[in-house]
Amino acid sequence: MNTQHPAVHTAALEKVFNPGRPNQVEALTGVTLDVQPGEFISLIGPSGCGKSTLLRLIADLLEPTGGDLLVNGKAAKQARLDQDYGMAFQQSGLFDWRTVAKNIELPLELKGWDKAKRRARAQEMLELVRLGDRGASMPWQLSGGQQQRIAIARALAAHPPLLLMDEPFGALDEMTREHMQSELLRICGETHTTVVFVTHSIPEAVYLSDRVVVMSPGPGRITDVIDVRLGSNRNDDTREAREFYEKITEVREALRGSELGAVARGIEDR
Amino acid sequence: MSQGGPVAAPRSRARASGRSLLFGLSAAFLMVAAWEIYRRWVGPALGAKGNEVGTLFGWKVFPRTSSNLAMPPVQTMVEEIGKPEVRGSGTSVLEAVLQATLMSLWLAIAALALGALVGLGVAVLMSRFKIVQRGLMPYLVVSQTIPLIALAPLTVTWGGEISLFGFEWQKWTSAVVLGAFLSFFPIAIGATRGFASPSAASLELMDSYASSWWSTWWRLRLPASVPFLLPALRLAGSAAVFGVVVSEISVGYTEGIGYLTLNYLTEGTARPAKVFSAVFGTIALGLLMAAAVGFLDRFLGRRRPQQELA
Repeated sequence: MNTQHPAVHTAALEKVFNPGRPNQVEALTGVTLDVQPGEFISLIGPSGCGKSTLLRLIADLLEPTGGDLLVNGKAAKQARLDQDYGMAFQQSGLFDWRTVAKNIELPLELKGWDKAKRRARAQEMLELVRLGDRGASMPWQLSGGQQQRIAIARALAAHPPLLLMDEPFGALDEMTREHMQSELLRICGETHTTVVFVTHSIPEAVYLSDRVVVMSPGPGRITDVIDVRLGSNRNDDTREAREFYEKITEVREALRGSELGAVARGIEDR
Repeated sequence: MSQGGPVAAPRSRARASGRSLLFGLSAAFLMVAAWEIYRRWVGPALGAKGNEVGTLFGWKVFPRTSSNLAMPPVQTMVEEIGKPEVRGSGTSVLEAVLQATLMSLWLAIAALALGALVGLGVAVLMSRFKIVQRGLMPYLVVSQTIPLIALAPLTVTWGGEISLFGFEWQKWTSAVVLGAFLSFFPIAIGATRGFASPSAASLELMDSYASSWWSTWWRLRLPASVPFLLPALRLAGSAAVFGVVVSEISVGYTEGIGYLTLNYLTEGTARPAKVFSAVFGTIALGLLMAAAVGFLDRFLGRRRPQQELA
């Protein structure tokens, strides 16, 4: 991919909901973050810290009320129009009335690809997520983990340089979840995709990420960025390594610190 | 198909439809039995032994059926179907009823199609523009309280003014329009709910693909509304039949089963069982309509998760 500019660039990014009204909420303030191409970034923090809001700003599903935001070197809206990113949510959001293959073809259909090209790409994506023989199945015939893999295949079908994920494994059981994490790393490694990943889970963030962005509510902001980089050969042993636990502790302390900070500031303000 | 999963085996489906046929026949048999028991033993003022029946504490609680005028025997009804329509006529009652039923069926299908088209159009407008939904919804609800009888002469008068591309407004056109007037409502309501049914995540997904409103409607909102449209279509089907049959009488369309019922009813004193042939025709009309909708239902629901088929 293009290495001239960061995959995501934000500077003093700000989002206020219902500005000027009694129910005004400062969802995000002063968010400055550069995500390098090929990097895996997790956003972690308690609910209300604005991590999903930040993801939606990058996706241009929300508009910022202040600051700078560039996605793939362009305005966020242009990046969305160009389908420069794929997106996956907690619910796989597959369409019940389409076969698995047709679900993967959806973004390609909207890009105006012809049928033969779409079909070939869908098969390629099915192979990538190791469900090559399930293209003709209906989504409700797959397990939760398989559905989520199809959702990832759909998000990556148009080969976008950036993948935005909002707690994609939040609804899966622990075993499936760990398996999906390894699969995601493999897939993103093979496709050189940059990932911005929202999660509640500290081990998940540590295992997956190059950097963990710790956020805090009231108003939502970045309080810490922790370098993790457990190496490219992560496997099940990594989850038992001392390094892994040390990083978990570091993130946990950063989270607690941000919470304590919020409480302390609250006291000062009074 | 090589996939596993809950796909209904054809044999169990055949068994299920065989069972429902059995239930249907038993219900019909019970109804005939109830009719005959009431007619013979409960309804008459004087019972078989000359004692008074059908009263409770001296109150007349059951309608009287002293003569065969009110409740003709089922056997007479069946015999009546085979007789000539009028003495010496070549067409039998059966033929006349079948023909009238078929005419009304076409009108009802046309009414349903027109109603579905208008209902979907209204629902699209209401989903696209929230302001239309707020402004139009009360009128839609009120529209269904207007008596059909009041509207029928108006459609005939207004229709008489219309002549498009050599097409002249006919009495059947009024019947179709009135049937559509009743059937569009459940479709409009069901479709509006269905179009609003996709989850926020699904809509965000389409937005993330920079999908236009129409593209999102076609690829997401419309298919997501199918589980809402099928029950709506069933309601609309009976509404179309009802609308057409009733308005045939009001607009004076003489070829359909509604008008035939009225005709036969006026002959009540001479051949009281004859009107029931027309009633059977109306029942057949309703069943045919239900079957048509059921077929559509099965076709549209064939690749859906099983729980949605219920």
